[in-house]
Amino acid sequence: MITSIAELQELSCKKREENEKNPREIGVERSSAFYTKQRRIVLQNEGLIDPDDIEDYIAHGGYMSLFKALDEMTPKEVIEEVKISALRGRGGGGYPTGLKWESVSKVISEQKYIICNGDEGDPGAFMDRAVMESDPHKVLEGMAIAGYACGANKGYIYVRAEYPIAVEKLNRAIKQATKLGILGENIAHSGFNFNVEIRLGAGAFVCGEATALIASIEGGRGHPRQKPPHLSDCGLWGKPTVLNNVETLANIAPIIKNGGAWFKSIGTENSSGTKVFALTGHIKNTGLVEVPMGTTLRELIFDIGGGVEEGRKFKAIQSGGPSGGCIPEHLLDLPVDYESLKSAGSIMGSGGLIVIDDSSNMVEIARYFMDFCADESCGKCTPCRVGTTQLTQLLDKFIEKKATKKDFELLKEMCKVVKSTSLCGLGQTAPNPVLSTIRYFEDEYLAGIKDD
Amino acid sequence: MSISTDDRYNTLEKSIKKLGYDKSSLIEILHSAQETFGYLGIDTLKFIASRLKLPYSKVYGVATFYNYFRLKPKGKHNVVVCLGTACYIKGSNKILENIERRYGIKAGETTSDEALSVLTARCFGSCSLAPVIVCDDVIKPKITLESSTREIEEMIK
Ligand SMILES: Cc1cc2nc3c(=O)[nH]c(=O)nc-3n(C[C@H](O)[C@H](O)[C@H](O)COP(=O)(O)O)c2cc1C
Ligand code: SF4
Ligand code: FES
Repeated sequence: MITSIAELQELSCKKREENEKNPREIGVERSSAFYTKQRRIVLQNEGLIDPDDIEDYIAHGGYMSLFKALDEMTPKEVIEEVKISALRGRGGGGYPTGLKWESVSKVISEQKYIICNGDEGDPGAFMDRAVMESDPHKVLEGMAIAGYACGANKGYIYVRAEYPIAVEKLNRAIKQATKLGILGENIAHSGFNFNVEIRLGAGAFVCGEATALIASIEGGRGHPRQKPPHLSDCGLWGKPTVLNNVETLANIAPIIKNGGAWFKSIGTENSSGTKVFALTGHIKNTGLVEVPMGTTLRELIFDIGGGVEEGRKFKAIQSGGPSGGCIPEHLLDLPVDYESLKSAGSIMGSGGLIVIDDSSNMVEIARYFMDFCADESCGKCTPCRVGTTQLTQLLDKFIEKKATKKDFELLKEMCKVVKSTSLCGLGQTAPNPVLSTIRYFEDEYLAGIKDD
Repeated sequence: MSISTDDRYNTLEKSIKKLGYDKSSLIEILHSAQETFGYLGIDTLKFIASRLKLPYSKVYGVATFYNYFRLKPKGKHNVVVCLGTACYIKGSNKILENIERRYGIKAGETTSDEALSVLTARCFGSCSLAPVIVCDDVIKPKITLESSTREIEEMIK
């Protein structure tokens, strides 16, 4: 059992010495150009520690932040530090984490919950999977600190069923942490209790949405509901709840360790810290990259990603998944942060970046995402249920080159209606891929209009 | 086979018990039922409904809402084609079409000899290996039209 910082440090030293005696082979070579432009906070331990061994995490400074918070800081001070860091939610919305915590901490309630959103529904994004599999304790530590700050003693991690290894690693991590008394009752004699349970998703994109996720944890169909009431008042089982993304929570321990001001100094004015991106598609080096906010798309795609494949021409980059948009070549010097991406008609989203070269047709890409949303629409509200299907059919007409000028007007009008009248984020953002491709690649739509 | 003699129901009963007959564990229980039976048959769903004291309609409603749950049995082997964005951009829809044509079934169906089911998924988080297919739970990276059929033949042989 570990009940104090001193004991934690002792274990950490002991394990470090042990590690020095038996150096493990380190899987990753970090000197290549792919790595030198990166700055790793969230993925710092990826490949360096053994995710199955809590002692290895502790040897790398793990759980020091939790003990520091419990020992030296009041919940209010923890929230203050997170507010100073200006950390914003990495799950897509970009809502300031400190403010979210503060509103839950202010609600008086016997029972509150911390939920970690590990649903990672955006196809083409896999950063949360990497964190949960390679550094599960970092997620637990972030959740426990959130619990202490907000006055919650129970946490749930909602993991998608497609990630069995992540579930296995997290389960083992919870067991080990509980055994050492780092999770459980009266952690470090502070009087603070915190337990974590895993809940499995079952393959529904909409369950990444806050209220649908809660309905799913409660064992029901993942139908979103109208907000307000907000989660801070009425979340899981009607209790005040904080919902944070995996990557958001993975930033917490480093912030408590190094201070909010340190974190704020990385990145841009409005978007502090780093962001993990999943580079995929028509690009030479695929994989996860973590860079300071404000890095330009050009640096990401060409310097780190190595550009498109030989003999091909870069056409666009898609960010934000089914809720995002496509950014054309002339905007490649855009720094990636929440505001810039939004002004370009896309969103940060979870961090999937899909590079598209000149072999792809943009209308087909827009149709791909619309079809995805039509498939994943939960069917609760009409504009989304009917609208996404009708939009898919309209886009088909353009692909088959059978559209009319009127269809083009109808397409734009329908996008507006679905956006403004859908109940939840899925429907409200479903038209974005269409709108952004119309904005930058209108000629490809016009080419689908038959002459009359 | 009747429920009382089918051992798999004992296994299921145990996992329901472990979760404390908790109604909110329904999704967990459906997962373990699918693991035990390979799919969720009507009898299984009715059994779960009665053990959790939930209306059958609720259990059926949840089982059909989520893509991960199958209400029909799978074939002896199965191939899952990823249709996530990274794989799609790399032509996974053509790979799927090719497989469908070759085995004469659509995604979600099983061949008449029950040797092969063709399924689809929305991303396995292995996107840097796109396009991927999963043959009997093993990820096959950077697949092509040719290698996909080779892998499947290898699996069902
Ligand atoms: C349709 C839809 C799907 C979503 N999927 C995810 C997801 O897979 N993972 C995630 O972290 N957030 C997802 N979100 C955002 C969450 O609702 C929520 O804003 C987020 O988890 C909050 O955490 P954060 O503040 O740390 O970003 C989704 C939102 C919508 C509308
Ligand atoms: S917008 Fe779509 S996903 Fe959201 S509640 Fe309405 S139908 Fe369901
Ligand atoms: S898109 Fe196919 S594995 Fe992610």
